[in-house]
Amino acid sequence: MPKMTRREAIVLGAGGTALALAGWPAAALADAKAAADEVAKFTGGKAAEKGNITIELPEIAENGNTVPLAVTVNAPMESGNYVSDILVLADGNPRPGVAQFQFTPLSGKAIASTRIRLAATQNIVVVAKTSGGQFFTDQKLVKVTIGGCGG
Amino acid sequence: MAEKPRLKVPKEAKKGEVIEIKTLIAHVMESGQRKDRDGNTIPRKIINKFSCEFNGKPVFTANIEPAVAANPYLSFFAKVEESGTFKFSWTDDDGTVTTAEEKITVS
Repeated sequence: MPKMTRREAIVLGAGGTALALAGWPAAALADAKAAADEVAKFTGGKAAEKGNITIELPEIAENGNTVPLAVTVNAPMESGNYVSDILVLADGNPRPGVAQFQFTPLSGKAIASTRIRLAATQNIVVVAKTSGGQFFTDQKLVKVTIGGCGG
Repeated sequence: MAEKPRLKVPKEAKKGEVIEIKTLIAHVMESGQRKDRDGNTIPRKIINKFSCEFNGKPVFTANIEPAVAANPYLSFFAKVEESGTFKFSWTDDDGTVTTAEEKITVS
């Protein structure tokens, strides 16, 4: 997790709320703080190093109902030293959690892809944990034209 | 779950090869955030967990939130050292577990 100042967190939160689509109660949207809380829960308060993660997402998602996402962690996958968990968060959805993937040395590669729902333009935050207790993180902004949580 | 999940697993691989596995299951993934015409919240009903095992050993697990799109698609990798069977399972919020299997020959 890159260190986020209180000011940045407030600005991000306000931006997310302003972009919320009509029909969404603003208070129901998760903000950067809720996402940061989830990250803290996952890392147990330990600092995460930025990098070693590739997030594949479209720059602009026309339909927030199904946005392709692929996450790659560039780290060895050997027994005793592998990527054990990847946490994916969306800081502008009603709830920040998206998915948590668990790997074993049998996975061979720390890559997972799926399709996700995004309510509005927001950051996708990815945190990876290695079997050795190291944490990596990165995030990517996606612009969403039509939000995808019903409504 | 009437429909069978769709799986893409290679039939054959070399020893030590890392193969890609693709899965898709038909499911509404009702988020619990939507409201019906009368303003009542439609209860949440999603696949909340997916897991893949090879010869009884865990390969990949995903804990899924409502932010995963309908008909959840997941792809991941597996390193195969021996012939065997992949077992897949999807767990619904209502407790239903859908399973599927796929065999692979490793030379």
